[in-house]
Amino acid sequence: MYRYDQFDATFVRERTAQFSGQVARRLAGELTEEEFRPLRLKNGLYLQLHAYMLRVAIPYGELSSQQMRKLAYIARRYDKGYGHFTTRQNIQYNWPRLDDVPAILAHLAEVEMHAIQTSGNCIRNVTADHFAGIAADEVEDPRIWAEVIRQWSTLHPEFSYLPRKFKICLIASEHDRAAMRTHDIGLRIVRNAKGELGFAFYTGGGQGRTPIIGPLVKDFVAQEDLLSYLDATLRVYNMHGRRDNIYKARIKILVQALGAEEFTRQVDEEWLRIKDSVLKLPEAEVARIRRYFAPPDYEKLPVYVESFEDKKLSDPDFARWIRANTHDHKVDGYRIVSISLKPVGAAPGDITADQMDLVADLADTYSFGEIRATHRQNLILPHVRQQDLFEMWQKLQGVKLAEPNIDFVGDIIACPGLDYCNLANARSIPVAQRISRRFSDPKRQAEIGELRLNISGCINACGHHHVGHIGILGVDKKGEEFYQVTLGGSSAEDISLGKILGPAFSYDEITDAVEAVVDTYLDLRTGPAERFIDTYRRTGIDPFKEKVYGSLKERRSAAE
Amino acid sequence: MAVLRNGVPQPNEWIRVADDQPLPENAKVIVSVERWRSEGERLRQLNGALGVFLKSDQSPLLIADDLHRLSLVALEFPKFTDGRAFSYARILRDRLGYKGEIRAVGQVLRDQYVFMLRCGIDTIEPPVEKRVEGYAEALREFSVFYQPTGDERATALQLRHQRKAVAA
Repeated sequence: MYRYDQFDATFVRERTAQFSGQVARRLAGELTEEEFRPLRLKNGLYLQLHAYMLRVAIPYGELSSQQMRKLAYIARRYDKGYGHFTTRQNIQYNWPRLDDVPAILAHLAEVEMHAIQTSGNCIRNVTADHFAGIAADEVEDPRIWAEVIRQWSTLHPEFSYLPRKFKICLIASEHDRAAMRTHDIGLRIVRNAKGELGFAFYTGGGQGRTPIIGPLVKDFVAQEDLLSYLDATLRVYNMHGRRDNIYKARIKILVQALGAEEFTRQVDEEWLRIKDSVLKLPEAEVARIRRYFAPPDYEKLPVYVESFEDKKLSDPDFARWIRANTHDHKVDGYRIVSISLKPVGAAPGDITADQMDLVADLADTYSFGEIRATHRQNLILPHVRQQDLFEMWQKLQGVKLAEPNIDFVGDIIACPGLDYCNLANARSIPVAQRISRRFSDPKRQAEIGELRLNISGCINACGHHHVGHIGILGVDKKGEEFYQVTLGGSSAEDISLGKILGPAFSYDEITDAVEAVVDTYLDLRTGPAERFIDTYRRTGIDPFKEKVYGSLKERRSAAE
Repeated sequence: MAVLRNGVPQPNEWIRVADDQPLPENAKVIVSVERWRSEGERLRQLNGALGVFLKSDQSPLLIADDLHRLSLVALEFPKFTDGRAFSYARILRDRLGYKGEIRAVGQVLRDQYVFMLRCGIDTIEPPVEKRVEGYAEALREFSVFYQPTGDERATALQLRHQRKAVAA
């Protein structure tokens, strides 16, 4: 993985000192809360319902075991013994004290981490495919370019006071595992007809109250022009994005207002002026960064490992976990392991300090010390030998991290909701917990198959409800929490936005409603190979509507 | 009110003249874009130096053809969260090749100061009530810069590869 050189290390130290000064000025009353707010936000520090929240950046989701141990240490010493992985591959702490934050940042800096630009109206921490470097289907390792973007976007002098937040995501294969087109800029690394690598720009996607699938605005930008094209895009946005209405300030609104074609024309006009400037990316720098992402020292391993195959045959629980939670690695004999942070009845994405330490140990023992965080709020050990999987699975079971539910109905994305967030209209976590308990039987989950369920506690859509196969949106109706259900969303390469099923459900009804949706799917599907989303696309929403509201009516009259 | 150059307070030699006020002779005056447009001919005949004030929704492209006559362009920061003028400054320097003084006027925080200088702004004029201590210090907070912006500061990338070139 990328390691800081003297420049990166000095920079983070200086940034930490700067923020410590800003905190001191706030505590001394030299800065008003209004003035401090954008400064603390640019350093990931929010004020939530009950306390400050500190969001720590995990650039493109990549973590070392040493960094994970530091996150555990911070959770124990400065928080309540746990942390929460977010949908942007970051981790957040829900209970730090303002006067401890400088010390936390100093600890993070020791392991080359920080909280820079995890919030605020600036370019946020860049995300990428969590299978980067290990997926057989990629044309390039997106982490190299994510690191280029991380450096370019860090304290950008021109783009630190944008109309609104700005999120960039990178993938490098046909399969989209990172919800690329829901970002302000989604980048897909592609090869052109000449075999050269470059970037397809999908600009102006987003979720929130106006969900938009990012349109392809430029099908090929050469590698050396990446930064100039980003600069040109951001410059057009910075000057012309709306600043009069917070809900209309994202770049997606500008792209829609101008039309993708006119928007691209304006960006291109600016780009042609600057493309041959100092922004041209030197090959030597790309080569320098590329070296950090050289593959680890893989062993030459057999494809068929008898002990592993035997274990799968003799232990159905292990076999189920292998099927659900591991994926093919590009190197023979290795598998990619997903650690579900969605055990039955838990808050999605939460992890205790002890669990973090164990994951760090497992990474050292089995996965070259590497860990990834995913946008679905899970963790990954990227390279595990087949022969080690059984032993590792047993260790994961020991700390309740062996839930075999990746991409199943229990693998729920949920925002913090009204339990923590002052924007929320409704609770998300207890809804996720109830649904997870309802589908607690792993056999049943496996039988249902791939089903992505996403929950947001308000229209800001941090829980990605628009792009869940089943989406749940918390709304407030005269002081009572209600939940609107959408069906048919997807964040993958077959991206689509969900459609509203019908009237919202009460807190007590929502679990039944979800179960009725799932049962309807099981009745309708042509066979286990037809995923929920495929059935939905084949039948449309009507049969679901009929069944779900019908069964609800029965339950209601039975209750009376 | 003083202005800051390189973090140091200096007397303000420029006078901003409202659109309905008479123009002083032999002075350095800043006028609005509207006045510059309607009275440009007459303004050019005055002996003093001239500057134009751009509101945060006025792009420097509005005065692109007149820049050679202007000794100063003032950019408005109506709120410190309104960052449009950072791009305007870049456009003035990079696209339009403007060599005169660029001044930031309005709500500027010391935490934005280095960004302003990096974008090509020379002087800032904070509101009268604003404390101006700490601005010089703010310029010393960072020694590492990632983005090339056309100012004199070498970027981390340039230093990395220069060093290698020297070593090789």
